[in-house]
Amino acid sequence: MTAILSMNQITKDFSGGVRALDGVSLEVERGHVHAICGENGAGKSTLMKVLSGVYPVGSYGGSINFENHETAYKSINDSEADGIVIIHQELALSPYLSIAENIFLGNEIATRGVVDWPKTNREATMLLARVGLDELPSTPVLELGVGKQQLVEIAKALSKQVKLLILDEPTAALNDEDSAHLLDLINSLRGQGITCIIISHKLKEIRRIADTVTIIRDGQTIETFEMKEADATEARIIRAMVGRDLDSMFPPHTPDIGDELFRVENWTVHHPVDTTRKVVDDASFSVRAGEIVGFAGLMGAGRTELAMSIFGRSYGSHISGTAFKEGKEISVKSVSEAIGHGIAYATEDRKHFGLNLIGSIAVNISAAALSKLSRFGIVDRFAENKVAEDYRGQMNIKTPNVSVLAGNLSGGNQQKVVLSKWMFSGPDILILDEPTRGIDVGAKYEIYGIINDLARQGKAVVVISSELPELLGLCDRIYAISEGTITGEIDRADATQERLMHLMTAGKD
Amino acid sequence: MSTTTPTRKLPKTRVDLRQYGILAALAVIVILFQVLTDGRLLLPGNLNNLIQQNAYVLILAVGMVIVIIAGHIDLSVGSVVAMVGAVAAISMSQWGMPWWAAVIISLLLGAAVGAWQGFWVAFVGIPAFIVTLAGMLLFRGLTLVFLTGGTINALPGEFNAIGGGWLPELFGTIGEGRGSRDILTIVLGVLAVAMLITQQVRSRAKQRSLELPVERSVSFWIKNGVAAVVILALTFQLSAYRGTPIILIILAVLILLFTFVLNQTVFGRHVYAIGGNLFAAQMSGVKTSWINFFVFVNMGVLAGLAGVVTTARAGGAVASAGQSFELDAIAAVFIGGAAVTGGVGTVIGAVIGALIMGVLNMGLSILSVDAAWQQTIKGLVLLLAVAFDVMSKRRAGRR
Repeated sequence: MTAILSMNQITKDFSGGVRALDGVSLEVERGHVHAICGENGAGKSTLMKVLSGVYPVGSYGGSINFENHETAYKSINDSEADGIVIIHQELALSPYLSIAENIFLGNEIATRGVVDWPKTNREATMLLARVGLDELPSTPVLELGVGKQQLVEIAKALSKQVKLLILDEPTAALNDEDSAHLLDLINSLRGQGITCIIISHKLKEIRRIADTVTIIRDGQTIETFEMKEADATEARIIRAMVGRDLDSMFPPHTPDIGDELFRVENWTVHHPVDTTRKVVDDASFSVRAGEIVGFAGLMGAGRTELAMSIFGRSYGSHISGTAFKEGKEISVKSVSEAIGHGIAYATEDRKHFGLNLIGSIAVNISAAALSKLSRFGIVDRFAENKVAEDYRGQMNIKTPNVSVLAGNLSGGNQQKVVLSKWMFSGPDILILDEPTRGIDVGAKYEIYGIINDLARQGKAVVVISSELPELLGLCDRIYAISEGTITGEIDRADATQERLMHLMTAGKD
Repeated sequence: MSTTTPTRKLPKTRVDLRQYGILAALAVIVILFQVLTDGRLLLPGNLNNLIQQNAYVLILAVGMVIVIIAGHIDLSVGSVVAMVGAVAAISMSQWGMPWWAAVIISLLLGAAVGAWQGFWVAFVGIPAFIVTLAGMLLFRGLTLVFLTGGTINALPGEFNAIGGGWLPELFGTIGEGRGSRDILTIVLGVLAVAMLITQQVRSRAKQRSLELPVERSVSFWIKNGVAAVVILALTFQLSAYRGTPIILIILAVLILLFTFVLNQTVFGRHVYAIGGNLFAAQMSGVKTSWINFFVFVNMGVLAGLAGVVTTARAGGAVASAGQSFELDAIAAVFIGGAAVTGGVGTVIGAVIGALIMGVLNMGLSILSVDAAWQQTIKGLVLLLAVAFDVMSKRRAGRR
């Protein structure tokens, strides 16, 4: 057995003193499929970016040895020249170009700048046969589904004489059939001597194809073991993945829970483009007045998609299911209808969906409820400023005044502006998607306090979070969601990180 | 960022230097040409012509700034001006309509054109660049059809007065003959200053009573003092020509109205929200399609008005009217500090941008600079103004 790759004591710091990797070591055997597991934010993707030269040599600590030489990649081109190819979760193909053009993009078969099309197409055909894709090389990529596009990416990697193929959550966006095909392909590539690193959340998948698994948590290697060992169980992986330190502090919270306020039944959502794929499958849940309900799920589990589809069909296609408020069925077909029924959704992506970054704080806070500040279509700007100033004080938004542009605030203060906006809309039901993402510890504590206050006022609060300690510290009840299905519901008293992680990785059989 | 405000003392708002930057540019250009032309630039007659000649750009720029804030563009307004002018002329000379009916027809036609383009942009989802490029050809073509290549002259005097006439000298004049001044113009100037100061003082008092941050007293009074002096000086100068141009009253009403619409109404807010972040606007419940539709209807009505004004000033309709008006309006808006990506811009900025172009035109003409060179200079001014804006924004972003 020889190692093709060994990464020793890798450290990586980001500006602001965030240590993403803290002495990670990884040894990959030649011809193995090596799985890397870890929660969102554990450092898996950062590690792969260090390996592939996205973070150039010198910007990280530690050493990397690939094929018996120490690497010093300055860019992704250097690592590709060595035969390391990374396929990201978001595929990077040019939709209007053909399969063959995509495979050889940046690497064209040409003499003196003139492309040799017959040779290009012949080579592409051979590569497509190798990955088991039955399409003409001249087919435009946009006509292919996600599963087939992934195969084109792999064909592209093969064209570069890949020795180490890195797949980041390759099956996250695939349906069952495409996933099975992809796993078979990885298996056969192993037979051809190609080493593979696969980042995955799906434990069944890992058991099926991985030879070795490494678990990373909080930027550190927790353990590495062979899957053929007797005690290489899913429970062992889960145990290693969770157990993050409960470093966050939570303000005291005494729940005062009333009657059911909001309920969703049999909610099913299909992907907006790939309409055959169910992103949310038959989900049902309820929230009571004064209750904080958590949604735990790994990346791509369908949490955000569930929330956005409920909030005025802002995501997805062929949405079915019913929503009830205080026992009465309500229609939430548009965002204004949802707001009208007292639903608020604070998005996980503040910069894209939450804020007008070139607008002032005041304009952002009033954006969802301008009608409260206007008569006959005329906005009372004095009242608006007054409201914004009130929220600035109440939420402790750190800014000299409310005419500062939202884009000039720090992440924590931006999040407070988003929360102010939705609080001002006077909602009964608040859905908060990753409310503390990218926020420092102090601001987190303040936001937890705000969430508790909202519950104390008798509102129903839904918190979606990737951080299990946060859900355990904050919520009265937690739903786990995996691959679009709600796989379980646990009360605060019975909830542990391990039980949640077990449900979050449960997957379909 | 963590500025804690001392108790009792209210924070003062910062002066927006970018806004004053282009005002300063206008002042510099005016002074420059005033010197270069030995004081001829601001002679009463030239001042009058500056207003009457550039009225169309100002009207179009007011509509265009809203279109551009919402993240669109309108290339068709020049052709719409020509088509509306043709229909207005036909309605009076061939259908025998009175002048006021022709104006109403013109505005309605403009609204219909705006609704047509707004439909394709807002509900079908075709980029405004394409829709209005098609409109540019389409409406120019229809103008040629309506006028069958000829021109229509001899329009009623009341109609022509909209573009080239003056308010009657209601209160008579001071002095006689060449040195006489129209009293009404001076009265209007004093009234405008009185209204400005009252409005500013009241708004400041209300801000203070609500314990909101207010501007520093010094800069507040300097700002309003300068504005008052400039208004009084200009109206005093204007009074020595033939009085108040009718179009000046129309322009003043439009500028005040649309400043109000953009700043104080829900519609205006939604326009900025759409241009600033379309997705965030949608996720806040803004009915983005309808807002986009009405932005174009509004542009159509204003293009209709510009058609009336242009035809009235020319005293007739020709098929080649309004050529490249869209470019003048777009240039004015961008010189006035609007962002190409949408979300940023003000009516007053667009007006100042239009005035900069107008003063350049007038000054260079008085200096009898060749038309070819005039165009070259205007092109460079546009490029420099936007480059300055982009660079100052980048510097602000790097902070």
